[in-house]
Amino acid sequence: MQSSSPATDLPLSVRDLTVAYHRKPVLWNVTLDIPDGKLVGLVGPNGAGKSTLLKAIIGMVPKISGAIRIFGRTYSESRAVVAYVPQRETVDWDFPATALDVVLMGTYGRLGWFRRAGKVERDAAHEALAKMEIEHLAGRQISQLSGGQQQRTFLARALVQNAKLFLMDEPFAAVDAATERAIVTLMKDLQTAGCTIVVVHHDLHTVPEYFDHLVLLNTRLVGAGPTSSVFTERNLQKTYGGKLTLLEEIGEAMKRRDQRSKL
Amino acid sequence: MMAFDIAATQLCILADSQLWRLLTLQDYNTRVVLAGTVLLGITSGLLGVYLLLRKRALLGDAISHATLPGIAIAYLWTAMIGQEKTLSVLLIGAAISGSLGGLSVLLLRHFAKIREDAALGIVLSVFFGAGVALVSVLQKIKQGNIAGLESFIYGKVVAITGDDVGLAATVLVIVAIIIATLGKELKILCFDIELARSQGWPVMLLDCLLIAMVVAVTIVGLKAIGLIMVIALLVIPAASARFWTHDLNRMLMISGLLGGVSCAVGAMASAVFADMPSGATIVLCGCGFFLLSFTLGAERGVLWTYLHQKQLRRQQEYLHMLRICYEQLEARRALPSSAKTNVTELVAIREVAEARSWSLRFAFKIASELDARGLVVLRRNGDLQLTARGMVQAEEAVREHRLLEMYMMEQAEADVGQADREADYLEHGLLPEHLAALGESVARGTPPPVPPSPHPLKIDKPDGI
Repeated sequence: MQSSSPATDLPLSVRDLTVAYHRKPVLWNVTLDIPDGKLVGLVGPNGAGKSTLLKAIIGMVPKISGAIRIFGRTYSESRAVVAYVPQRETVDWDFPATALDVVLMGTYGRLGWFRRAGKVERDAAHEALAKMEIEHLAGRQISQLSGGQQQRTFLARALVQNAKLFLMDEPFAAVDAATERAIVTLMKDLQTAGCTIVVVHHDLHTVPEYFDHLVLLNTRLVGAGPTSSVFTERNLQKTYGGKLTLLEEIGEAMKRRDQRSKL
Repeated sequence: MMAFDIAATQLCILADSQLWRLLTLQDYNTRVVLAGTVLLGITSGLLGVYLLLRKRALLGDAISHATLPGIAIAYLWTAMIGQEKTLSVLLIGAAISGSLGGLSVLLLRHFAKIREDAALGIVLSVFFGAGVALVSVLQKIKQGNIAGLESFIYGKVVAITGDDVGLAATVLVIVAIIIATLGKELKILCFDIELARSQGWPVMLLDCLLIAMVVAVTIVGLKAIGLIMVIALLVIPAASARFWTHDLNRMLMISGLLGGVSCAVGAMASAVFADMPSGATIVLCGCGFFLLSFTLGAERGVLWTYLHQKQLRRQQEYLHMLRICYEQLEARRALPSSAKTNVTELVAIREVAEARSWSLRFAFKIASELDARGLVVLRRNGDLQLTARGMVQAEEAVREHRLLEMYMMEQAEADVGQADREADYLEHGLLPEHLAALGESVARGTPPPVPPSPHPLKIDKPDGI
């Protein structure tokens, strides 16, 4: 078990992170360093803890143990440079708002209490929508956007946050091919601009094409590093194969014991 | 003349009657009641929008029911220390237990990980049960007049005093200020709680603020509408407003307006029918506005949706009829060679009806509507002719249908009949860019105006029409 302190200069450094929902471990002792300026794919089977890892990074789920540093600081100290893109289905798209309204929400964090979005924010929002090629939909009610357009709106919202580290939860889920291409272009542009992007991804076929850095996750960390060296048959077998049954069994056993002790 | 006299006398009676005095606001009491309920309606309309969008509408119900034990305890306390029962003490009791109820919901959800609906159910029933028990204890003790307690449950609008109006106005001002200054924070809380958390907004605190506002509205609503039906004022105007607009600010305005108007009308009705609790009349009135919005609402009223769909379907049937006429003529090699022809040869409506499996009556109906639009000429005996304009549209429809049909057969390997049906189904959703792409992928090179049919109609004998 490693217990060194997190690296201070990296955009993202995770040490010995363990997270459990109701005592069932979802992430087990994950240690991870993401180098600056990488486009990182976060890959693993369903229930491997990919989304949980992102949520743990931004402090949305409590961790049992471990340390997380973003550019050497805690998340609450470095909020301004992190943009989190939740899964599209987590919000109700029937909300009475336009695409522009949603993008403007990205600026709320730096506006702070009471201050309203002004012309500067509006211009930034329009610019972000234009980057996602949907500026013509700025005034469109969000329930009338297609799935791909909704995802583009979400990414435009992340863009206006002027972040250096982007955490995206399945941006490619259920989008059309044109949107997928637009998202990939955006990510590469962000990378060129010096940003670091971590993307939860499902489609193994496109991994080598999209990402230059890869994190393989299945409750514990299977592999992390340049895609060329990590994206191997053996590692994928380890990630997706049934090698982790023992850990799962232990998790179940702990859960049972816990329930008994409650009774 | 007799009838006129009677009507005039009735008018005089009306002018003297209570109803007339009521409607013209001649009494101070009427004015107070109206002011109090309208202020309450506006406030709950505004707040209801956020409760609805936060998907916490039932939280209002839990909180309002949770005020009962507070009222009962406050009543008991004033009786025990021998103090005169004042309204403010009762309302403070209501506020405290209402807040406790709201907080219990949040805590149950947060720490016990109980689902929200279960948490709401538990809090509502437990607090209300405790309240009912306490009220029955009070009834046993029978100290003083406890009739006032009942009015808190069902609402008694005539009990509203000038002080209540002052309270209602204060709460409205506070809620309006909070919404005006924290609109952005409440919006992000309601739309995307994960983004709100990731940006560091204190989600719990904002939820508590919402609860505090609901408690305040409940306190104001206790007398006017009663704790059981406060929820209606929080939900119905906001839900109605959603039918009229997609814009949050406009939704707030409409919801406030609907809340105010239903309260005014409901309170008046309660005063006219002396025995009816104001809570009931206000809710019924709000319900009326809801039905109105549900059917006629500008943005999502079901009537408009229905009419729009009906119109779309009708349009599709027009195209079907034109297309079949064209195909009949085509099979007979009777298509006009130049567009100058005013009308085409005759097509029997019976054949059109058969081709679409329409009843003859329905075919006549469609044909006469097309006739009215100048696209066909319908003869009395049921013979149809396409006009020049009708011919242009028919050609368009056939072209779209065939392009799609051929595309299906070439690319999707559908067989002839299937391609026809699929094309039938899909052609009405085609956009110009789809057509261009279809034309390109199917008919490469020179675009033929209409590709030949993959399943030409068989005409046994040349009709001697």
